[in-house]
Amino acid sequence: WVPVVGLEIHAQISSNSKLFSGSQVQFAAPPNSLVSFFDASLPGTLPVLNRRCVEAAVMTGLALKCSINKKSLFDRKHYFYADLPAGYQITQQRVPIAVNGSLSYSLCIDSKMSQMVTKTVRIKQIQLEQDSGKSLHDDTRSQTLVDLNRAGRLGLFSFFFPPFGCTGQTVLLIKFPFTEGQLRVDANVSVHHPGEPYGVRTEVKNINSIRFLAKAVDYEIQRQIEELENGGTILNETRAFDSKLGCTVPMRDKEGKQDYRFMPEPNLPPLILYDAKSLPANMNHQQVINIDWIHERLPDLPSVKREKLVEQYGILPEHSFALLNEDGLAEFYENVVKQTRMKPKRVIGWVLNNLLSYLKQHSLTVKESPISSFLLADLLNLLEKKEISSTAAKQVLAELWKGEGKTPLEIVKEQKLQLLQDQKELEQICQAVIDRQENEVMAIKAGNLKVLNKLIGLVQRETQGRSNPVLVKQLLEKKL
Amino acid sequence: QVSAALKEGRVTPTELCQQCLSLIKGTKFLNAYITIAEETALKQAAASEERYKRGQPLGVLDGIPIAVKDNFNTAGIETTCASNMLRGYISPYNATVVQKLLDQGAVLLGKTNLDEFAMGSGSTDGVFGPVRNPWSYSRQYKEKSVPKSHSEDKESNWVITGGSSGGSAAAVSSFTCFAALGSDTGGSTRNPAAHCGVVGLKPTYGLISRHGLIPLVNSMDVPGILTRCVDDAAVVLGSLAGHDPKDSTTIQDNFKPFELPNLTDVSKLSIGIPKEYHVPGLSGEILALWSKAADLFQNAGAKVVEVSLPHTRYSIVCYHVLCTAEVASNMARFDGLEYGHRSDMNKSTESMYAATRREGFNDVVRGRILSGNYFLLKQNYEKYFVKAQKVRRLIANDFVKVFRSGVDVLLTPTTLSDAAPYKEFIKEDNRTRSAQDDILTQAANMAGLPAINVPTALSERGLPVGLQFIGRSFQEEQLLTVAKWFEKQVQFPMIQLEEVKGHDRDVFQHKKSASFS
Repeated sequence: WVPVVGLEIHAQISSNSKLFSGSQVQFAAPPNSLVSFFDASLPGTLPVLNRRCVEAAVMTGLALKCSINKKSLFDRKHYFYADLPAGYQITQQRVPIAVNGSLSYSLCIDSKMSQMVTKTVRIKQIQLEQDSGKSLHDDTRSQTLVDLNRAGRLGLFSFFFPPFGCTGQTVLLIKFPFTEGQLRVDANVSVHHPGEPYGVRTEVKNINSIRFLAKAVDYEIQRQIEELENGGTILNETRAFDSKLGCTVPMRDKEGKQDYRFMPEPNLPPLILYDAKSLPANMNHQQVINIDWIHERLPDLPSVKREKLVEQYGILPEHSFALLNEDGLAEFYENVVKQTRMKPKRVIGWVLNNLLSYLKQHSLTVKESPISSFLLADLLNLLEKKEISSTAAKQVLAELWKGEGKTPLEIVKEQKLQLLQDQKELEQICQAVIDRQENEVMAIKAGNLKVLNKLIGLVQRETQGRSNPVLVKQLLEKKL
Repeated sequence: QVSAALKEGRVTPTELCQQCLSLIKGTKFLNAYITIAEETALKQAAASEERYKRGQPLGVLDGIPIAVKDNFNTAGIETTCASNMLRGYISPYNATVVQKLLDQGAVLLGKTNLDEFAMGSGSTDGVFGPVRNPWSYSRQYKEKSVPKSHSEDKESNWVITGGSSGGSAAAVSSFTCFAALGSDTGGSTRNPAAHCGVVGLKPTYGLISRHGLIPLVNSMDVPGILTRCVDDAAVVLGSLAGHDPKDSTTIQDNFKPFELPNLTDVSKLSIGIPKEYHVPGLSGEILALWSKAADLFQNAGAKVVEVSLPHTRYSIVCYHVLCTAEVASNMARFDGLEYGHRSDMNKSTESMYAATRREGFNDVVRGRILSGNYFLLKQNYEKYFVKAQKVRRLIANDFVKVFRSGVDVLLTPTTLSDAAPYKEFIKEDNRTRSAQDDILTQAANMAGLPAINVPTALSERGLPVGLQFIGRSFQEEQLLTVAKWFEKQVQFPMIQLEEVKGHDRDVFQHKKSASFS
């Protein structure tokens, strides 16, 4: 069986005001506090296009290598629902703002992250559209309460074209470039045998998180395979994902095929975009959007960023993945590298293994980290200068997490973690240990080198961890 | 003239306002007004008076009483569109055109009656009842009308105003205000203007903001201006036209208000007479009048040519498809949830929608919604909607070709006949009537062109008949200049209203100076 997955992604553009009305955009505002006359569909109000939203759409289109339609149109999509005050949604069904893009991404084949494969997914189109309000169903009182705060907020709607492959790939894709919480995905899923035409597809609507997306798609693929193998058929229907049960269920409300009675939106003239060549000479800058201008301002795409990191710092590709996967981590890393003499290749370990795991454990973002890049760099400098051992460094790190404002040096002094610099003293201690541990020495001389570690351990204990194990080993070896 | 009177202090805004308000009460039987905003009007008049006292009037319109059709949003004042769906709906904002007039100091007397949601050509199909043409009560009509039988009540012979902006036309015609706003989608300003003997201007689409005008057909609607003379229309136009960021279909170009010149020499003018406007059903009277007008121009030295707009005969059908489609879409928002009428039916959301819409809309509206949805169905879209759009372009191109050939302005009749008695009019349904009556006015809406009705003469029955001028896109100045010349030539008689209850005759005579500019 070959599963085919197509995704429709509804994402919000971060802009100050909504797509067609002047009202503000704010996450988690009290219900119905951000609704303008237009959002409530008061009679006589008209939509006005938000420039920032158009720019964001163009940017996304360029980033996804789409061709930008210099002329795009707006349409009305009609259906009755409580959270759609006007009885129609303004969208771009006929000629959207961008079409035919692609996204290449690298996939790690095995768990060890040692083999990467490049895959490409086709993007059918990107369109601007209104978001509807939010309905909260109160079944006990048979009421539906509608919060129209969301109504009219952007909608950036990419259509990923099948075919796809297995679900693991789907998840990786969505991570870029939107953040969770402002995303809704509808997945179209079908299965077929290779060589045969595509199967009937179902649509799983309104999936709110990446995790659920993976589960929903997986479940639906399995469900369809089982159904077909048992001789059943797949209905072209709309389903919802029940996150508690982990399965998809048919949706009650939307039965049968809906005719949306698309009609051109008469209140919005065609959206005309310009590039450097087509821009008329006497146009007011404020009135137009220049595609080339936006192109120049595109931030680097993740794949490009990753390449740069690998090249510049000599880290492994999987490291660069990890850096970019976490918001702000790449900058943090680069800041540390700037402030320390330690080689970037070594720094990466500390950032990814120590810092990141601590953040994850405590569910903190990089921004919320109690350890700044400056502090970490400071610590790593001590390590580099061999003033402390790496074990000690970890101890210092643990102390720094408390965020009590102490510098690494202060902690080192407090806890007496400095490495013994005095070679003579160290030699003496080593000698003392050797003298004491007759059995072990004999074992070592007999060829059991593993026992050496025990001696090293003992020396460490004597020095309270303040000896450089490498140095200790050398000394012991010399003596024996 | 009234404006000058205000400035000179011969009459105060408050006096003017009070006179109009009392005249409105005296002409209540016309049913031209749905809501009278007495308190706010008097306040506005008082504020205007202050300004005049200080010698700082805001402009020509300061203190001038106006009326607004009830499909424009007016903050704090009920806006019903003559429908049960919006009965009791108090708009929270002013339409841009209303705001502009208020900003100029105009005094808003009230909201005028119309066909429900502006659908109709008689102003007879609103929930507040039909509007009566003031000319029904004029001496001119009374003298000419022959009572059918002695027992017949004089009252029952009254004629309609035409529509759908009948209330506004009647209000201006009966002197209760000096200017009124209407809307024009298929002729809704020009038609009642012709029947009520007033000037009705339909501006170019995109010149005046539609923000706040409850839409019928977004791609054809325009706010319309009704006044007693062409100069007044120019003044009102000057205060309303211009780009509105809230309406993306208004043009960006700067609009310069103009004062109309007194044209004396028409020899450089080329008047086009479109032969297709000689439609079956056009009354002999009006045909003769049309011809006389053409001669008038010719004799004065203008070039008068016959032209052809070959696709005219498809315009009504085309209009019906596009109009009903947009209506179906625009009416979708009336679901009883956010505002307006909500049915008590609460078994489910769907049943509430259905009941609300059945209770809130009249037959005409419901009929158009059903037709419109039919045309928008996926399987019908290409056949009807897209086809209609294509025909629309052909119609618009007809005009372009004619204007390009050197014609400045087109001259056509506005209506097929003079105003019909109400009893006759209601014998046919709204759809039939609209199809008949819109035929001469509707193509201008398809093409987005400016057009104006100028009252021309009285018919044999003593009722007004007007003629229509259609101009080039955004060439209102030229259009109005020609209209003004024509108005001067024909010297349309003033209405001699009788049966105005409880009103001081002298004051009424004073208002014979009917214009404000």
